[in-house]
Amino acid sequence: MMKGSQQQWPLLIPAPRTPGKEEFPVAIDSSIPVSSTSKPYSDSQIEMSGDFVRNPSSHSIQSKSSSSHSIKGVSFREGHDLNPVTYGSRGASSGSNPVRYGSRGASSGGFTSSYKEIKDEDARLVYVNDPGRTNQKRFKFAGNSIRTSKYSILTFLPRNLFEQFHRIAYIYFLVIAILNQLPQLAVFGREASILPLAMVLFVTAVKDAYEDYRRHRSDRIENNRLASVLLNGEFEDKKWRDICVGEVIKVSGNQTLPCDMVLLSTSDATGVAYVQTTNLDGESNLKTRYAKQETQMKTPVVGNIGGLLIKCEKPNRNIYGFQANMEIDGKRISLGPSNIILRGCELKNTDWVVGVAVYAGKETKAMLNNAGAPSKRSRLEKRMNKEIIILSIFLVILCTVISICHGVWLRRHREELYLMQFYRKYDYSEPEVEKYEYYGWGMEIFFVFLMSIIVFQVMIPISLYISVELVRIGQAYFMIRDDRMFDKSTNSRFQCRALNINEDLGQIKYVFSDKTGTLTENKMEFQCASVGGVDYDNGKDISTEDWQTGYSVQVDGMVLRPKMTVKVDQDLLNLSKMEHTNESKHVCDFLVALAACNTIVPLTVETSDPAIKLIEYQGESPDEQALVYAAASYGFMLVERSSGHIVIDIQGKRQRFNVLGLHEFDSDRKRMSVIIGCPDQTVKIFVKGADTTMFKVIDKSLNLNMVKATESHLHSYSSKGLRTLVIGMRELSTSEFEQWHSSYESASTALMGRANLLRKVANNVENNLRLLGATGIEDKLQQGVPEAIESLRTAGIKVWVLTGDKQETAISIGYSSKLLTSKMTQIVINNNSKDSCRKNLDYALQLYKKLSNVSHSNDEGHGAGTNQLALIIDGTSLVYILETELEEKLFELASKCTAVLCCRVAPLQKAGIVALIKNRTDDMTLAIGDGANDVSMIQKADVGIGISGQEGRQAVMASDFSMGQFRFLVPLLLIHGHWNYQRISYMILYNFYRNVVLVFVLFWYVLFTGFTLTTAITDWSSVLYSVIYTSLPTIVVGILDKDLGRSTLLKYPQLYGAGQRGESYNGKLFWVTILDTLWQSIAAFFIPLVAYWDSTVGGSALGDLWILAVVILVNIHLAMDVIRWYTITHIAIWGSILATFICVMVIDTLPFLPGYWAFFMIAKTKLFWVCLLGIVVAGMVPRFVVKVFVQHCKPNDIHIAREAEKFGNLREPNAETEMNPIFDLPRSTATT
Amino acid sequence: MSSDDGSSKKVSKKPRYSRFTQQELPACKPILTPALVIGILMCLGIIFIPIGLLALSASENVVEVVDRYDDVCIPSTDQKVGFIKDPATNKTCIRTFTIPKKMRKPVYVYYQLDNFYQNHRRYVKSRSDRQLWNPKAEYSTSLCDPEGQTGDGKPIVPCGLIAWSLFNDTYSLSKNDAALQINKKDIAWRSDRTHKFSPNVYPKNFQNGTLIGGGKLDENIPLSQQEDLMVWMRTSALPTFRKLYGKIETDLEANEKITVTIQNNYNTYSFNGKKKLVISTATWIGGKNDFIGKMYMAVGGTSIVLGVIFSLLYVFKPRPLGDPSYLSWNKNPALD
Repeated sequence: MMKGSQQQWPLLIPAPRTPGKEEFPVAIDSSIPVSSTSKPYSDSQIEMSGDFVRNPSSHSIQSKSSSSHSIKGVSFREGHDLNPVTYGSRGASSGSNPVRYGSRGASSGGFTSSYKEIKDEDARLVYVNDPGRTNQKRFKFAGNSIRTSKYSILTFLPRNLFEQFHRIAYIYFLVIAILNQLPQLAVFGREASILPLAMVLFVTAVKDAYEDYRRHRSDRIENNRLASVLLNGEFEDKKWRDICVGEVIKVSGNQTLPCDMVLLSTSDATGVAYVQTTNLDGESNLKTRYAKQETQMKTPVVGNIGGLLIKCEKPNRNIYGFQANMEIDGKRISLGPSNIILRGCELKNTDWVVGVAVYAGKETKAMLNNAGAPSKRSRLEKRMNKEIIILSIFLVILCTVISICHGVWLRRHREELYLMQFYRKYDYSEPEVEKYEYYGWGMEIFFVFLMSIIVFQVMIPISLYISVELVRIGQAYFMIRDDRMFDKSTNSRFQCRALNINEDLGQIKYVFSDKTGTLTENKMEFQCASVGGVDYDNGKDISTEDWQTGYSVQVDGMVLRPKMTVKVDQDLLNLSKMEHTNESKHVCDFLVALAACNTIVPLTVETSDPAIKLIEYQGESPDEQALVYAAASYGFMLVERSSGHIVIDIQGKRQRFNVLGLHEFDSDRKRMSVIIGCPDQTVKIFVKGADTTMFKVIDKSLNLNMVKATESHLHSYSSKGLRTLVIGMRELSTSEFEQWHSSYESASTALMGRANLLRKVANNVENNLRLLGATGIEDKLQQGVPEAIESLRTAGIKVWVLTGDKQETAISIGYSSKLLTSKMTQIVINNNSKDSCRKNLDYALQLYKKLSNVSHSNDEGHGAGTNQLALIIDGTSLVYILETELEEKLFELASKCTAVLCCRVAPLQKAGIVALIKNRTDDMTLAIGDGANDVSMIQKADVGIGISGQEGRQAVMASDFSMGQFRFLVPLLLIHGHWNYQRISYMILYNFYRNVVLVFVLFWYVLFTGFTLTTAITDWSSVLYSVIYTSLPTIVVGILDKDLGRSTLLKYPQLYGAGQRGESYNGKLFWVTILDTLWQSIAAFFIPLVAYWDSTVGGSALGDLWILAVVILVNIHLAMDVIRWYTITHIAIWGSILATFICVMVIDTLPFLPGYWAFFMIAKTKLFWVCLLGIVVAGMVPRFVVKVFVQHCKPNDIHIAREAEKFGNLREPNAETEMNPIFDLPRSTATT
Repeated sequence: MSSDDGSSKKVSKKPRYSRFTQQELPACKPILTPALVIGILMCLGIIFIPIGLLALSASENVVEVVDRYDDVCIPSTDQKVGFIKDPATNKTCIRTFTIPKKMRKPVYVYYQLDNFYQNHRRYVKSRSDRQLWNPKAEYSTSLCDPEGQTGDGKPIVPCGLIAWSLFNDTYSLSKNDAALQINKKDIAWRSDRTHKFSPNVYPKNFQNGTLIGGGKLDENIPLSQQEDLMVWMRTSALPTFRKLYGKIETDLEANEKITVTIQNNYNTYSFNGKKKLVISTATWIGGKNDFIGKMYMAVGGTSIVLGVIFSLLYVFKPRPLGDPSYLSWNKNPALD
């Protein structure tokens, strides 16, 4: 019975699916051997051209958080066990599984036991349909209500404050404020001293509160959604938040899962359910999940559902791993990741599923994964923090100077102290009566020290942190809104996922790029085929109508049409339509293989025309999709797939094929195969796979010429950059089939080493194949990639391509993307041992030396292209090089090469290559990729960019920025990166300058007050200084100012070098700025001081003059550096000065302050205005002169380009042509 | 986990074009061209030098007589402090000086104190501004210690060290034996008289303690009329300062002899402070001070010199603006 004969297969059609109508598969007679249905689907992946782990479902790289398992899961790639099917860590899908998923769980082969025992203390026990027992006190599982919000009304204040004070800068602020509250140290008024901190805290709190309010709202909506839960034998609606672990829930098609559930049964008789995990990992393709056959059979009787006990692991974040056992009728079966559906997924193509909640609410995997992007710190910020430490030291020095001076002052006046009004150590008339607040030497000095810290606190630019954040938000806004970085085809904007590394984009030196999906579109297009030794390369153009109508079939008055059409080769089409010739039979077999040998699920999509329906092929591999679409275009349309059979519409005739077995792709075999029971009662095995392994199993004796011809075709395909696959087949005789079937059965039910057994079965049957042909699939280069690479290279950025593809394919893509040019000398390192690697590296280094010596005589270093080197290295060699002493050599060599191409690399090797550079240089690295295999490198690099392309969103989720196309890298780096860098670096320098000027002015005054830290400038003014008086202009300039326009930056990519060399913010500039600060503060302080010497001027009046002088000075300083004056810049700068005047006036109209009316009195005098003018000019002249002098005599590139931009005389020295017109293309198409 | 983008997939997310979002707002891009640079520098010179000259001449026109008297108006004993503190001693002191140049009215009479830290932090803080304008706030003396309240807890009005140390030397001037009227009205700021110091607040318990700091106040005159106090309470910015004592509303001719009768009451001896009497006229630049004039001359002169230097530089070492051949990658690498 188990050896199901072919005749039984047709019976295994699941009940027809009628959407909306719920049906339990009760109708199935128990005599039907459901359990023997072999299960062809799986969500593991066929990998065709060997791009490792290109498929999104082999999520061997998980988020950082998913513990060491995931790392293990990746690292074994370092060794040669390159296996893309790694379900998380433990290969948990193994088990004594009566439903065989082909070679599913192949990765579990390494385990000695079929399922791993879960230790009791690590387990949670779920009694199915018995939530009471499940949630006993001992195991209080989380309810299903979720809370993404952080605060409640009550906890908001304390928690928010607590979180805010995690920043060290705020602590500094707080300490200062507290110090100031001590009566002995009260330098500032209480209110004034708290204001800055309060302001910062308040703004942040309001922002947090608003965000939290929105989260509350979405939580509420989420928690109040309804799900149908089994209560007292009936399914009733229940709010999501009330669902508890152990309850049985039914979810209908297109509904979202309320919690993590173990599948018990589905509307499909065989227990298949399809889910879309867009919300979870962003991948839009369908994933298959299975209910265990035991429960699938059981659920029909709802009352019967109890008594099941699931023992599963504790909640964890690994969304691709799950491990559990289920006890059913005393039998123990194991559950894996394919048996669980996760919260947030959507049920698709399945009418309903019934499952039991195992993780709820905050313990669901989706919620546990709800962490933000990894936080990186920008280089500039690190540098800034260093500078802030310098400033702190400076501050301490200033304070020390003051306290020492004060000590000296006290000592010099010690004779008089007892008579002075200020201390009144003794009474004037009677000796030794009263001391007044004189604390003695030590304490006085100490107090003065603390007080001076309070007075000079503004030295540490606290507001800088906030301003930088605001500026980054502004920059992010502009980047997101840039319509040149909008990708029309995927309808995706640029996204800033990390806000704090904007300016790093302006300093990139190395770009590490993935190939597939990043340089190429990853839209596989079937290009050509070699069938039976004949190359059908459709070079001929086909008419446009053909293109549009394509192939279609009539079914029940409906027209079915594949969603995508493929160019067809007329000869091949004609051949496929002919009948009964040997040739056409061969072609038919070939096309059937294309349509059948895959795991594609066809979906019917309604169109606006009710008579026409589109067939969309859903699958995890774009290559397979391309093949199926190609087959459909030739009239072999896959129209239906269910468990056990597929229906292919062959030239209008529906034919049914039974899928008897499926050997999944694994990277040892590098091929997959299906065993098909054909309508003509024959059993055939179709195999497709990489040429290297396929030719080993092809029986060459059958037709040697054909094999030769195919091989040569393959060679020409791959040198054209096509991804190639070889297809073969064999008819199985009955005995062969029986033999295979029994071994397949036993292998897939085996408890131990199932994967190995299955592999052996596959190897046994995949032999002596008849070669059918080969296919060439084009992975088209993305628009604008060659130009982008060219631009990046001109900008001094080294582009390295890291791909899992074959060397030939990689090189050909390298040429077409202009990464490699014919001028370059290629160094290919392709070795199998460490020694040969070393030899090759040494040789290459010598070669480089020779070349550079030759060129040195006639040309400087890396200028002209005669001596350019390209390094091509493959993953196998990297295994011997990375993390050994050879790394150093590789680095030395690679850093000298113009282009580096790494092929056949595993994901972790990609990260290793990034680390190779990152650990050895200070240069900034950027990694760009689109797939799960790029995640590790994206996270490793200083800047990670995800392409939101075809391969799901894992890369995007791990990235700092995401965008639609590789070519957007050019505007992103050359324009936005450049601007961001210039803006932020200027802003940081300016903020330092601005605060230090004020501190110096305060400091100078202290020297004239007996070092007692009186401030002539009112405390309000010194507090408002960085909040109102000077903050807005720097933010506006930081967001808006542009040193150069777009077109100039694109025209001269070399201008990007300014950022790479760190020209706008470096130690020299910092110290020059501090010197300038010193001069300006001297001008601002001493001019009024001397002018008002021996006069009646009061402290408050002079203080007003000082603060106004400083504010005008720093604003004019900014104005002098503004490059583009927008209206808003004018408003901000002049408005700030005006606002300062107004504030000073307002402060001086408060009668309870000593400085009442002081401003109005001093502003009446002409001396005041003369002083102001004098200060501004005297303060600015040195800076102005130096600036002009440098611009004239040592202009940097930006100066020149700016002048060129202004005067329009972009004379080309060597008549360069406009290099990259393509970047303006999207604009023109968009506006039309 | 928002699911809102599912339904709206057809809606293009293309950012709407605006000049702002594309950072293409019209902007003015000034460039420091040689003409502009030289123009700016020359303009500065042309503006600054005349102002400097004006300021110098204004300062030159100020006639100022300064007479230090603290050291002469005291018997040359070691007990200077004892002498000044003793209420019984006669502190009258007569000084004479001649007017060097004609002084046009109004002629201001100042006293100048040196080495008196009126900007000492403890001193500056020791006042209660609320008390001065609000009759009900006489008890708000918390900042005034140690001169906040008398020993038995009564509030001192005006409280604080500043008021307590009120300057109390008096000057009476005579010209050729005829008394010269010093107008002590309107010597304080109008804002002080009308707003800061209330007509309803009267001095209370002032200088009643054992410790006399300086001048006393007539308890029958409201604070709004105590102009000496107002002037004193405007604490000076620097340890050397002048304060207005009064105005002489007549012209003083050159070589006139002025006799000043000084009541030398104020104790500056305990901290080596100097006391000076200053009679001065005033111009737009204030008192006699050449600094502004010199500074302006210097800045203006420097600007012109720099302007000339830059002109020469532009002539002899010109650089065409925006010439791409100056871009680093176009330069001859040998220059690097």
